[in-house]
Amino acid sequence: MSMEFLVATAIGALTAGGIYLCLRARTFPVVLGLAMLSYAINLFLFAMGRLVVGRPAIYEKGATGYTDPLPQALVLTAIVISFGMTALALVLALRTFLETGTDQVDGRPDPDLLDRENRT
Amino acid sequence: MSALIAAPVLLPAFAATISLLFRRRRRWIGAGVSIGATALLLGITVLLMIEASEGGVAAYALGAWPAPFGIVLVLDRLAAMMLVLTSALALAVSVHATLTSLDRRGWHFHPLFQFQLLGLNGAFLTGDLFNLFVFFEVLLIASYGLLLHGQGARRLTAGVQYVIVNLVGSTLFLIALGLLYGVTGTLNMADMAVRAASLPAGDHGLFRAGGMLLTAVFALKAALLPLHLWLPRAYAGAAPAVAALFAIMTKVGAYAIIRTGPLIFAGAAGRYMVPAALGTMILGFVGFLAARHLRSTAAFGLIGSTAILLTAVALFEQSAMAGALYYLPHTTIAAALLFLITDLVIRWRGMEGDAIVATPGYPGRQLLAGLFLAGGVALAGLPPLSGFIGKLLILQASLSSSWWRAIWAVILGTSLVAVIALARAGSTLFWKSDVTPPPPARRSAPNLAEAAPAGFLLAMLVLLTAGAGPVTAYMEAASRQIFDVAGYVRAVLPPPAGAGA
Repeated sequence: MSMEFLVATAIGALTAGGIYLCLRARTFPVVLGLAMLSYAINLFLFAMGRLVVGRPAIYEKGATGYTDPLPQALVLTAIVISFGMTALALVLALRTFLETGTDQVDGRPDPDLLDRENRT
Repeated sequence: MSALIAAPVLLPAFAATISLLFRRRRRWIGAGVSIGATALLLGITVLLMIEASEGGVAAYALGAWPAPFGIVLVLDRLAAMMLVLTSALALAVSVHATLTSLDRRGWHFHPLFQFQLLGLNGAFLTGDLFNLFVFFEVLLIASYGLLLHGQGARRLTAGVQYVIVNLVGSTLFLIALGLLYGVTGTLNMADMAVRAASLPAGDHGLFRAGGMLLTAVFALKAALLPLHLWLPRAYAGAAPAVAALFAIMTKVGAYAIIRTGPLIFAGAAGRYMVPAALGTMILGFVGFLAARHLRSTAAFGLIGSTAILLTAVALFEQSAMAGALYYLPHTTIAAALLFLITDLVIRWRGMEGDAIVATPGYPGRQLLAGLFLAGGVALAGLPPLSGFIGKLLILQASLSSSWWRAIWAVILGTSLVAVIALARAGSTLFWKSDVTPPPPARRSAPNLAEAAPAGFLLAMLVLLTAGAGPVTAYMEAASRQIFDVAGYVRAVLPPPAGAGA
């Protein structure tokens, strides 16, 4: 019971944080948010094979029961893909910042920077 | 013969790797490999379509692992049709990109292009939901590269938004997959269809939630109403030739809905999809009217005509689906044609880019005007070309639906709006002659061969119209196959009884 509660809470907290960060206006928090979302999803996929402790995933002599190996394979694939995607999103965000001079997701000029320029 | 099913996935993978080798020197070899492989792909897919139109559903188990355990590639009429459409479109786009030397404006155009084809073909063929996710990712990663090809600040901004939206979409896709796997314990589509029928009552809610979420993800790819906002800027930001290839990307979403809707979820999402699709149609054609650049026109036209397709799909009914299937290749080709014409306007006019404004005359204008007229007629669905037949089929089939008044009103109304918008754009671009500025110095005659790929697409539209009889017969059979769940399951899962139990 407590393990399910812990995992569910972790997934919920990660998802909430991820959604909040994804809605930010700047690219870096958005990328962080995407990373948090992908962690949440990995946990969620893993939990979909039901949570069991101390059971082998593949054949073992004298094992009384097995855990579902498929979600683990799925999570592995998902980790690889989300890792690559996060790297790509980071590079893209950086490149956009260098090229356009703003890290706003919508590409508009940065209000803070404009303020600073007006003051000086 | 059945091993040939894997060829549309394998061929682009090899072509991409080979063309990657010719990065700096002898780039023409890379381009040649890419175009040659695409032409070969077209041949193979036509062969597969002939095979599919003769027999039933054919399945190919990768590594000879039997179906619920291994991954299967499934070829039926629908998948074969999508493959032929993709490879024909890809051939036109890759020739266009090479002729206009778009492929030299950045690195790795041809490898990315081939990887995109790999993802598309895989998504159309696979019979496994997680595999579908992987192929979606493959085609998305390649599309990020293609979207940014040629770069520029505007393209980068559009690219960032496109990437973020699709990453969130992939996240939702995984949640839906997790839910469905948790409930049914399988990821094979046929197996899931079997198990969904015998779910305990307590799991129905979760299963439905997973199915709705999955449909929402596909609707995001197909740019359905609340989820369409990413498309206009991304497609208008991409190089027009790349956007022409992306015309098939919204159809991947539509394809996935057509595939999974009747098979696994018994069309449960239709109730929400019809109003959403009607709204999208209105919005797409209003944007069409408001567009001030030809590429926005094409992008909104793509949204609108995909929405017509989705309206017919959302009825989840056999004859409407047949109409939708006829309309699907038409809308893809017509939108791609408009994007290619946009590129030609930008290149040949030499000023003002693709803005819909009057300019002094330039060589090649008559040819462009003719192409634009044909493309416009096709996209608006006026009589001589296939759009008219497609719309007619959809209207006819929707009569039995309770939504028919709304569907008729919106489709006919938006067609009128489309005609007005296209007529206005066309007359401004090609009829009005702005004589005030002095004629510019650079007036070298354009290379008329650049119009060949657009002509090829137009020829396909004409073929689709002229061969409407056999094509609709094929599509009706395909539609029957889509709704024949038992037949699909029998073909995919091994025959011994109880494989799905």
